[in-house]
Amino acid sequence: MIDEKFDAIVVGAGMAGNAAAYTLAKRGLKVLQLERGEYSGSKNVQGAILYADMLEKIIPDFREDAPLERHLIEQRFWMMGDTSHVGLHYRSEDFNEEKPNRYTIIRAQFDKWFSSKVREAGALVVCETTVTELVQDAYGKVIGVKTDRGGGQIHADVVVLAEGVSGLLGTRAGLRKIPKPTDVALAVKEMHFLPQEVIEERFNIKGDEGAVIEAAGTISKGMTGMGFIYTNRECISLGIGCLVSDFQKGGESPYTLLEKFKKHPSVAPLIEGSEVKEYAAHLIPEGGYKAIPQLFGDGWVVVGDAAQLNNAIHREGSNLAMTSGRIAAEAIFQVKSRKDPMTAANLSLYKKMLEDSFVMKDLKKYKDMPQLLHVQSQNFFLTYPQLVNKAMQNFVRVDGTPKKEKQKLTMKSFTSARSWAGLFGDAFKLARAWR
Amino acid sequence: MASTEPAVRVEDKLFQNRYLVDAGRAHIKVRAHTEPTPALKSLLTACPARCYELNDKGQVEITADGCVECGTCRIIGEPSGDIEWNYPRGGYGVLFKFG
Repeated sequence: MIDEKFDAIVVGAGMAGNAAAYTLAKRGLKVLQLERGEYSGSKNVQGAILYADMLEKIIPDFREDAPLERHLIEQRFWMMGDTSHVGLHYRSEDFNEEKPNRYTIIRAQFDKWFSSKVREAGALVVCETTVTELVQDAYGKVIGVKTDRGGGQIHADVVVLAEGVSGLLGTRAGLRKIPKPTDVALAVKEMHFLPQEVIEERFNIKGDEGAVIEAAGTISKGMTGMGFIYTNRECISLGIGCLVSDFQKGGESPYTLLEKFKKHPSVAPLIEGSEVKEYAAHLIPEGGYKAIPQLFGDGWVVVGDAAQLNNAIHREGSNLAMTSGRIAAEAIFQVKSRKDPMTAANLSLYKKMLEDSFVMKDLKKYKDMPQLLHVQSQNFFLTYPQLVNKAMQNFVRVDGTPKKEKQKLTMKSFTSARSWAGLFGDAFKLARAWR
Repeated sequence: MASTEPAVRVEDKLFQNRYLVDAGRAHIKVRAHTEPTPALKSLLTACPARCYELNDKGQVEITADGCVECGTCRIIGEPSGDIEWNYPRGGYGVLFKFG
């Protein structure tokens, strides 16, 4: 198919792959990017929230022509009970700024735009082509790829694996292991279309303003999971995700969870009358710092979801993907500029640079969180939300019961569901994992 | 699955999606078996597109036409060899309009 040799082959055209291909091409390297979808974005799924800061570091003037939906001025956290929720809302006029901080985006459209920038930067982007195999020399050094388009091998000095959370190449070549069911979540999502003014009215927003809701509690039926509702211009992204290991244990199917989340009395009025135009599912890396695999080797680096770079606590994935793609590209450029070979020793620069960035620092901060939330899922996602919702009802419902008795009742419901030692232990462990 | 509520029809959801089916080239295969393993059985409810069904012999079968390529079944079933998982050929499979 392609006879020439490239400086770099980038496998995948998601956030990480596009960031890497763009940065490499901008630095003047000869880049081939291979994507299995019909265009960049057609296989990619995300909530989706875009973080401006990380994209600015790659394309500073992206706001001029990137397809952005709404800039976010309000964040709601909902702790869900069966028929109620306890909410924490943060809304600020400060987010109505000249260069907003976060936007909702629709990935198929956004990725198409990002890909056009990659082409403009000079990379050769070939879509509808699945990479089937990494080509390694006798010493195990990665020297190129094979695709399903035939035509034999395509060679490059370095292969950037941006193949996504379920990337096959790296695992098949033994460069990393397939993620464990406890380290990935399955999220399902629907796109609910409504007239723009209806969305703005229901969410109390106007113009380009947007709001997001993150919801956890009884909606995940005791599994480690979360629901989300994001406002786009003319549609609402609504979804729910739980750990694969929890789905594996049986019980609710993902689409049943989704339907129940949609029917929750706090959620149903927000999407009433909407037209659903797509149903998608995707895996999200949730293992955090401890699940990060080997990031580099002779002739290769791995970036983005494929490297498990996702901050599950802050719901940040695409910015870690973009940043790891950019940093890998910068490291490769440095090695190339010194005319050094793409050996593991030289490419270790990528890991070092990543460790100096927010990516590894943030993941390290929460290294104990995934384990804690997983082992304690019944408490954190079912028992506590139920108790807090009950306590709130107790607090606001006026029924002639003396307040002191009410308070006693609330305390008792907590201690009978979970002992004092258990409550304090959980609070302590949570605080320590958060530190 | 909760028995008191009507079952959710995932087919209606998948109907909204765009696909280019690679006829005769299923990208996921189930290993031949007489009794399904627990991992295989879990795919009946864990697959978000309900691609896995029990046949009348009690074996797990896959119809991958509605597959949304999430990889959940690969995570659960590939390490044990219960399933063989590949990406569809380039250009085929689910084509997300929004993603």
